Amino acid sequence: MQFGKLSALAAVFLAACASSRAQSPKYNLGRTPTDEEIRAWDISVGPEGKELPPGSGNAVAGAKIYAEKCALCHGPTATEGKFLHGVLVGGKESLTTLEPMKTIGSYWPYATTIFDFVRRAMPFNNPGSLTADEVYSLTAFLLYRNDIIEEPTVIDAMTLPKVRMPNRDGFFPANPVWKPGYYQPYFSPQLEPRKKKQ
Amino acid sequence: MDSDQNGRRKFLKNAAMLAGAVVGSMREAAAQSTKKGETEIPIPGPPYVIPPYGERSRFVNSKRVGEFAPLQDFMGIITPAALHYTVDHGSPIADIDPAQHRLLIHGLVERPLIFTVDEVKRFPSVSRIHFLQCAGSSYLPLGDREKAVTVQETHGKTSCSEWTGVPLSVLLQEAGVKKEGTWLVAEGAEWKKHSISIPMAKALDDALVVYGQNGEPIRREQGFPLRLLAPGWEGVRNVKYLRRIKVVDRPYMTKWESTVYTNLRMDGKARWFQFELEPNSVITYPSGGQKLPASGFYQISGLAWSGGGAVRKVEVSTDGGRNWKEAQLQQPILPKAHTRFRFDWNWNGEEVVLLSRCTDDMGEVQPTKAEVEKLWNVKPGYWLSTTNRIQHFNACQPWKITPEGSVHNAIWEA
Repeated sequence: MQFGKLSALAAVFLAACASSRAQSPKYNLGRTPTDEEIRAWDISVGPEGKELPPGSGNAVAGAKIYAEKCALCHGPTATEGKFLHGVLVGGKESLTTLEPMKTIGSYWPYATTIFDFVRRAMPFNNPGSLTADEVYSLTAFLLYRNDIIEEPTVIDAMTLPKVRMPNRDGFFPANPVWKPGYYQPYFSPQLEPRKKKQ
Repeated sequence: MDSDQNGRRKFLKNAAMLAGAVVGSMREAAAQSTKKGETEIPIPGPPYVIPPYGERSRFVNSKRVGEFAPLQDFMGIITPAALHYTVDHGSPIADIDPAQHRLLIHGLVERPLIFTVDEVKRFPSVSRIHFLQCAGSSYLPLGDREKAVTVQETHGKTSCSEWTGVPLSVLLQEAGVKKEGTWLVAEGAEWKKHSISIPMAKALDDALVVYGQNGEPIRREQGFPLRLLAPGWEGVRNVKYLRRIKVVDRPYMTKWESTVYTNLRMDGKARWFQFELEPNSVITYPSGGQKLPASGFYQISGLAWSGGGAVRKVEVSTDGGRNWKEAQLQQPILPKAHTRFRFDWNWNGEEVVLLSRCTDDMGEVQPTKAEVEKLWNVKPGYWLSTTNRIQHFNACQPWKITPEGSVHNAIWEA
């Protein structure tokens, strides 16, 4: 009897799980975007770099663009930005001091993040205006100035995702995750089931 | 139709003339009356002609300072939309025509879809009361940190509204999430196209795409015409001007989640993807910068909240944290919402330190500053000697009241 009740409950629970991902549309609102529309809108670049556009650049080209479009705020050597997140270069060995410098070289875990952010949000006064080649070149320049790649290295859709950042393993949990009924206490390394405390 | 409109115009014109005449005569009356002492019932000022979109009394001047909301002036649990805190990461606030705005859902879905704002509004809607809080609230840059005086400066990056919109799960179901779609990247339409990752489990749990705030369309500075709401989570995840949701198979490591909104410890390791905001509370009266005129009765009042659920209890200490007594909680007590607490108190005129402490319905307790230091493995002097920007700082806030009745921020003392 008790078991029967439980299995009935389990069946309801499983049905609920399955229906939460039901595959048929219910309201038929909105329209199907064209592939072209999606391509034009999709500026996200993930750590695998699947969405990286055609084009390429190196640090030599990047230095010129940097001087023209970035140095005004970030300073001539990218170490002078006085505002929050303004310093892009340097900061090695600083993370365990009282004045940690969270730069691209010392802190950023993924090289693809540079491309994603520079393309969507920079330069400050005209975000979204840089060409793919310009963004690749600036990315190469910032990686070079942080001693992560050599000056002539070509950065493109193939090479960028393979660049390993110095602080790649500086963050925990290694694989961020979240699920209902769990939480991650402040500095605990993993999710824990949420239990009611008295 | 024409004559009808003419008639309406005539009526409005007459009404305006009449109102003008009444105002004029009342102004005269007000000018004629002379002050005859305190016993006289004061004559109200000139009549106020209400504009079509109402405004507050000219005697009320509560306002945001920069991005910070005036918590000391909040009553109850709802933040007026006009006073809600904002954080914009240097992007100008967008001024979007809703007729031009679109929401695209694509990526690992069966059917990519693009919606107009009107189409989003046609979905079955819900209204829920939730707080928002910047993960960096209560921890200013070094230099400002030690200068923070008021509760607006110490805790002003939290607010609470009734939000109206459609559950994100409904929109995702329309698109049909593929099995490997375990995360999504949300993106705004503003200049800098703010972007951040959300686990699919949260998107399907209680996330909303909202267009209403406190009974009217959300304000521009809150993301008009559409914003993502991730209840209980750090504010940066609640993407404003929502224009695109891409279903993906991993976190996309945007700048904000992989660098800025992380907690770097002294050992050089950093916690990231901290999502949920821990239990928190602050006394808003009496609070920093205010003055108690004399000893005697005061009702201590404040706000408590937790990203983990509803507030179970709030305790107040009037002796610097040695003894704690339970405060009264004002209904409604809602999950992931501000909760108003009150505590009747007689001040004996001596120096005291007031604190509040929140326990949420799972039993998680807001830490004292000493407990935060233990968690971070740092000495009390750390906070005023480091340029490190930390997130999720939720230590119990002490307010010191001097014998003269002035109230001071005592968080960094000792």
